[in-house]
Amino acid sequence: MTKQFKILYRMVIILLAGAAAMLLGAFILWAIGADVTKTYSVIILEPLKNRIQIGEVIIRAIPLTVIALGISVAYRSGIINIGAEGQMAMGILAATAVALALPGLPKAVLLPLALTAGALGGAAWGFIPGLLKAKLHVSELLSTVMLNYIAAQFYTFCLRGPMLDPAEITMGSGTPQSMRLTRAVWLDRLVPGTRIHTGVYIALFLAFVVWLLLWRTSWGYRMRAAGAGERAARYGGIGVAGCLVAAMMISGAFAGLAGAVEVAGVHRRAIEGITGGYGFSGIVVALFGGLHPAGIVPASFFFGLLIVGADMTQRMAGVPANMVLVLQGVIILVIVATRMVLANPYLADRVWRRYRALFRHNMEE
Amino acid sequence: MDFAVNILALGIPFSVALLLASLGEMFNQRAGVFNLGCEGIMAMGAFLGMLVPYAAGQGAPVSGAFNLLGLLLAMGAGALLGLFFGLAVITFRAPQGIAGIGLQMFGVGTAGTLFRHFVGGTQSIPGIDRLPIPVLSEIPLLGPVFFSHNPLVYLTFLLVPAAWYILFRTPWGLRVRASGTNPRAADSMGIRVNLVRYQALAVGGALAGLAGAYLSLCQVKMFSDEIIAGRGFIAVALVYFGHWRPLKITGGALLFSLAQALQLAIQGQGIDFPYEFAVMLPYALVIVVLAFSRESLLLGPTALGKPFNREMRT
Repeated sequence: MTKQFKILYRMVIILLAGAAAMLLGAFILWAIGADVTKTYSVIILEPLKNRIQIGEVIIRAIPLTVIALGISVAYRSGIINIGAEGQMAMGILAATAVALALPGLPKAVLLPLALTAGALGGAAWGFIPGLLKAKLHVSELLSTVMLNYIAAQFYTFCLRGPMLDPAEITMGSGTPQSMRLTRAVWLDRLVPGTRIHTGVYIALFLAFVVWLLLWRTSWGYRMRAAGAGERAARYGGIGVAGCLVAAMMISGAFAGLAGAVEVAGVHRRAIEGITGGYGFSGIVVALFGGLHPAGIVPASFFFGLLIVGADMTQRMAGVPANMVLVLQGVIILVIVATRMVLANPYLADRVWRRYRALFRHNMEE
Repeated sequence: MDFAVNILALGIPFSVALLLASLGEMFNQRAGVFNLGCEGIMAMGAFLGMLVPYAAGQGAPVSGAFNLLGLLLAMGAGALLGLFFGLAVITFRAPQGIAGIGLQMFGVGTAGTLFRHFVGGTQSIPGIDRLPIPVLSEIPLLGPVFFSHNPLVYLTFLLVPAAWYILFRTPWGLRVRASGTNPRAADSMGIRVNLVRYQALAVGGALAGLAGAYLSLCQVKMFSDEIIAGRGFIAVALVYFGHWRPLKITGGALLFSLAQALQLAIQGQGIDFPYEFAVMLPYALVIVVLAFSRESLLLGPTALGKPFNREMRT
């Protein structure tokens, strides 16, 4: 296959997946008696109508891009990371802890320090399933999910206990959230009147780094070889176990960094529910973006749009925001199913033959 | 003594949802399909199970027929979702792990969407009452532990030997095991491997749907987005832990739910221990158990997770 054909083919699959998801979503909307066209137009067009809303779409696209980049590195190396949700939570905790512990430092020191802490927190949480998979053959599909639940509990424990804002206790509200971070860790706002922050640059820079890493270094080649075929890679002298651990740690570091960026750029304090499904949406974005940085950036914008749009449908069309989850689930199913079909021309051929036989049979009768 | 009886009496009904779902997952995996979407099917089952009695009574007690209808609806929808998953992973040969995540998101999302539309907010339902067995429940110690539960609890524990019998003593069970262990050989013996896999997915889906409905109708008596809370994933892990055997799976399910009951009992005693860590424990336990059951992979269905394509030589 030529490169152009490959890209075209990916785009066909992805458009097909999008269309199928819309169709199935339309069916569910119809079943609950909602106005299908109105709902879709609210989801897709409404968030693009003014500057503030576009800003909201972009600030959601930032963590989605970063997480999806990490997930695609893991996926390319043959390990599926469903644990981004937990890794993100750990990243938030680590970044917040550093920011709260060292309030006096200047911005040039503290901000990189906090972001690094976030990445390390996520990497540490990704190291566990990576090691379990490499050394003990524990399915990462199960261990990462369990670690998500553990991280979520640990996160709320920290917000309610050691990290709880002292002001919340004296005020008596007891809302589980950390103290407001010092200005030195804030990511600056870029466009006045919106919440777009400098995390955009971080996301785009990471997209470039991932492309460079995977396609322009021998190390990336080894990772991709380990993912493409374990046996062949091992025969070629590639340490597959090491690749798995490294891939999971990188993936975790990206998710953790996404958490740190989110906390420094948007909320400026650790609050409950920050991760809000970004970890799972990141999987969809990675697949929808064809596991390539050039696809992931636009894909995350599109999913940011869906997330903002879904909140609006709740208000404007009375359709629950959970609809987004439905669409994402269907998109995953269709993408993974169609990729196999289109990769295997025999299947299409067989379906065609069976169909033709049926047709002839009817003609004879 | 009372403390132990309480934990047992609490833990046994807790195990039912896990047990139903993992018995279903056992059939899937024995046939060669790894269904990580169990969580999503359970969510749909939980919603549909409570929908019928809720709509009929709007919170007031309804006749048993409506509860039964809810259970049947949940099972039917579960079977359909299982077949839908089969379409993706059997016919279209999608990678099973990631497709399972798709099914999970789809199931949880659809259940949540429909719930908000048809029910609205948190609504408690009377659900299915406990049914103490007349004479037996009077026995001290044994009575409260074994004979004072929901009808579904008894049914589920009867299902365990039934599942064993079906899997190891019936022709269909043999076909299921053959499809998961050596599909090529099974195919040459005239077994329609992919058809058997579809059947197993329908059975597994129906059981997962029932497991969800048990949670909403008997255990929690309402529906919420977090009702399943990872039980679907734990059920999948229990199948590994139980080496794909009904009795060992039952042991695993009981172990986890007794740990959960113990945790609640300790909380009730007012011992100062952070609540969040107590909730973490079962999940951590799953990871530890998985880490130490490495050799079990050799006992499992060897074609697990591999799509079968009779035209391809692999």
